[in-house]
Amino acid sequence: MSSALIAADLAYWAQSLLRVLGGLVAVLLPAGTVVYLFLFKMMSFMQSRLGPMEAGPYGSMQLFAEVGKWLQKEDIVPANAQPEARIFKMAPLIVLASTFLLVVVVPFGPDAWFTDFEVGIFYALAVSSVSVLGILIAGWSSANKYSLLGGLRAAGQLIAYELPMVLAVVGVVIQAGTMNLQQIVVAQNAGSMFGWNGVGNPYILTQFVAFIIFMISVQAELTQTPFDMPIAESELVSGYMTEYSGFRFLIFFIGEFATAGVFAMIASVLFLGGWGVPFAWFGWTDMDSIDNWMNVVGPLILFTKMIVLVFFIMWVRFSFPRFREDQLQRFAWKILIPVSLVNIMVTAVLKVAF
Amino acid sequence: MVAADLLIAQNIGFYLIAAIMVFGAFRVVTTRNVVHAALWLVVVLAGAAAQYILLAAEFVAVTQVLVYIGAVMVLFLFGTMLTRARIGTDSELNNKNWFMGIPVAVLLLATLIIALNDGFGDEQLPTDAAVVNTQQISDQIFGPYLLPFWALSFVLLAATIGAIVLARRD
Repeated sequence: MSSALIAADLAYWAQSLLRVLGGLVAVLLPAGTVVYLFLFKMMSFMQSRLGPMEAGPYGSMQLFAEVGKWLQKEDIVPANAQPEARIFKMAPLIVLASTFLLVVVVPFGPDAWFTDFEVGIFYALAVSSVSVLGILIAGWSSANKYSLLGGLRAAGQLIAYELPMVLAVVGVVIQAGTMNLQQIVVAQNAGSMFGWNGVGNPYILTQFVAFIIFMISVQAELTQTPFDMPIAESELVSGYMTEYSGFRFLIFFIGEFATAGVFAMIASVLFLGGWGVPFAWFGWTDMDSIDNWMNVVGPLILFTKMIVLVFFIMWVRFSFPRFREDQLQRFAWKILIPVSLVNIMVTAVLKVAF
Repeated sequence: MVAADLLIAQNIGFYLIAAIMVFGAFRVVTTRNVVHAALWLVVVLAGAAAQYILLAAEFVAVTQVLVYIGAVMVLFLFGTMLTRARIGTDSELNNKNWFMGIPVAVLLLATLIIALNDGFGDEQLPTDAAVVNTQQISDQIFGPYLLPFWALSFVLLAATIGAIVLARRD
């Protein structure tokens, strides 16, 4: 690895503080961008309206106005939920905590990472499933039939779509020969296709099936339309979020879109080469030879790729009607899982053959 | 940090997490609500994952989180919420034969202590142990332990088929 960007030797507490601040930026910045760019503006344009225009130029300050509004609201616990007030209040925090745990393994540059975890992608899949716990107890502790139904639907859906997601990632892991996200990035950008290394070897080309399955599963894990049965507003009011108001609703909201951003980052690391550019362009060969400026440019590249992927997620969200519950389960168990198993088999055979 | 310092920090971490786990385990059996019991069980299982991390077994720790917290506990909660999870305290949780659990638990503890003591004695982990990497684990599973691995997967397959047979109505 190249020498550190900041040559200073920081104390442990200072490093930890920097990491916490970096983590906040890495979670809140994508969330804000996604909400403003896609939820406010793109959705409005697709529906032939302007969206927020008053707060700031082109409504760009709308987000701060909304957050200010939510923070002022009263923190309400419904009367029937009073016996479980502590669990009711804890639930959104578990969902957000899972997002923060998720961002920890995403590499942003050759030295710009929070932790260089050996089993990175496996860890990411594991902690992303923790949010199901938060959603389930949010639905239960609301003491409301609609909320409980929403929570149960969410749990069934998230478990069903976690499997194809894990199986899709296995294809990439077989090809890269590692579960470390940093090394997956290097393997793609230092690689070559049939001896031509002009664009490296992004796995979206060789693992296209896995990429499609992964993105569909992400859509379902984020409970975005067409997979939004857990919060289906025409059937369940707002599902497990029905009883939440004020900043606890805000936390659910931030959690949803921050997770969208973080999952898009993980998808771009797995399939699009992450923070890297094809190493051949600048004559790099491995981690040691990368120039220092990649630590600054790398996060921007990753951010751009994230925006592109979130654009597709939101495009699908605003375009398709909702699945029915049985269609959703059938799609996961009878189509996605068999296809991803075949993908693993083919990848493994080709890996041994070449 | 020097190895000795690291060892002290590790020990403090171990006893802290162990205390939380013991407290959580007590709450699992003393709490008056099924969902609370399940949530305290999450604390115990997460503590076990933290202990694995202290032992530098990253892969096992992550598997613990994925399987137990992400799947088994969610299934537990799902099941109890579909059937009998009430808000507030539930007076019918205690079975009148609860005290029979005590000798079983003591017997299990004694068996574990004897087995561990017999197997390892005062053997100690090397203090400079490197992180066990995933490749070593997979080399072990798909090498010398292939047969047990297969046997386990057949058990799981049989359980899955059994569940389907039981659940099907036609």
